[in-house]
Amino acid sequence: MTERHKNPDGAGRTSFIRATRSQTAGYQRDALWLAAIVHRLSGVALAVFLPFHFLFLGLALQSEGRLQTAVNWTGNPLVKFAEMGLVFLLTLHLLGGLRVLVIENLAWHDSQKTAATLAVLGAASVALFYLAQIV
Amino acid sequence: MNSSIKVTIWRGAQIGSYQSYDVPQRDNQTVLDLVSWLQRHVVPDLAYRFSCRVGVCGSCAMTVNGRPRWTCRTHVSKVVKDGTLKIGPLANLPVIKDLAADMSPFFDQWHRAKGSFVPSAGRHDPMARVKPGSPRRQAADEAIECINCGVCYAACDSVRWNADYLGPAALNRAWTLINDERDGGNDARLKAVSGLGGCQACHSHQTCEQLCPKALNPAKSIAGLKRRALSAFLKGAL
Amino acid sequence: MTLRLYVWQRLSAVLMVPLIGVHLATIFYASGAQLSAAAILARTSGSVFWGGFYSLFVCAAAIHGAIGLRSVLADWSGLNPRRADQIMWLFGMTLLVLGLRGVAAVVVA
Repeated sequence: MTERHKNPDGAGRTSFIRATRSQTAGYQRDALWLAAIVHRLSGVALAVFLPFHFLFLGLALQSEGRLQTAVNWTGNPLVKFAEMGLVFLLTLHLLGGLRVLVIENLAWHDSQKTAATLAVLGAASVALFYLAQIV
Repeated sequence: MNSSIKVTIWRGAQIGSYQSYDVPQRDNQTVLDLVSWLQRHVVPDLAYRFSCRVGVCGSCAMTVNGRPRWTCRTHVSKVVKDGTLKIGPLANLPVIKDLAADMSPFFDQWHRAKGSFVPSAGRHDPMARVKPGSPRRQAADEAIECINCGVCYAACDSVRWNADYLGPAALNRAWTLINDERDGGNDARLKAVSGLGGCQACHSHQTCEQLCPKALNPAKSIAGLKRRALSAFLKGAL
Repeated sequence: MTLRLYVWQRLSAVLMVPLIGVHLATIFYASGAQLSAAAILARTSGSVFWGGFYSLFVCAAAIHGAIGLRSVLADWSGLNPRRADQIMWLFGMTLLVLGLRGVAAVVVA
């Protein structure tokens, strides 16, 4: 049982208590909820990846040779697989982000579940296309 | 009486445990019927809340097999799983006792979102004429039927994760007032719903939309607020 | 998340939609053509277009990633808002510096 007290206003909100949290498990496995969580997790993964990506490019500062060594290293199947994962994540995050932008800023449509599914399919096909290119 | 249902019910306050009872199954039995039977025949000190029994008052919401629901309009036959039913108080709220959650945080947020009408005319002014077909009236109409049952609040991840978040119901209410031509409090209201824990804290999981027993769409109302807040911010008004 | 952060988050997102499209197309092209490091650097070095394009991309990504990380931390870690803000700035600045350094490496080199 966890208890959080956060009340910047002082008045109003008393305390926020999560004792009954486990009861709510079960409703959450809906396509739209999954779309939102996938969007969030892919964002975190990209945030973790980006600094390394930038450091990798920075190798060119030291010498072209260092970068070439690194580029060669990307020929490794495992690295190729990871690269495909990143392209997949980026596409997934892009499409998930478009979903949010559309919900928030355009007229409401009820066909979003279809859109969420299509987004995953779109991301998967982009990643597979990429895999086909590099293999 | 031909069969019975195994009912597991939260007993205690913030600290407590689930306890099991057998309740006879009846035709057209609602979850509220079942809880009432239990209180009258087996557990006289069971605390729960209800009033109208017909889906108007919004006081009987509980967590039923993992989902928040209005119990008076939820048929047992529709939600029973393998002959069992697990009933608890609404989530995201403190528990008073058994199935009765403390609704005060929910209504506090309603006030913080400035969810009450601010008149812009007095009793001596002529009656306001609002065209039924006008876009604002229609936007308000879509969101107006809220019965304050707290189902969306209990279902919302953003409420669970962010103690400041005003929640779907309060923001939905603010949206109806922002679309009320007669209301005079909208500058302050837009500030309130885009301040701490405001509409921008919604992650568009749309669980509110899915579970609202009145089939309202708070996520859509919140999206409307986000657009208002965004454009006010870009104009320097917020 | 304050409204100000929300607006920056969404505006950087909108800006990155076309940028990501171009970036993905570039990735496909470079990997499809099996370009060597030298070949990539030959295309990027001294290019005002790629320099400007990727500098803009780095700025938008730094803003977007930092605010996004702050939201996740605020929701899931229970950090107090001030600490979450500090991490946001630290992460955003790190991304900005490393990113612009990377752009400089491939454009100036």
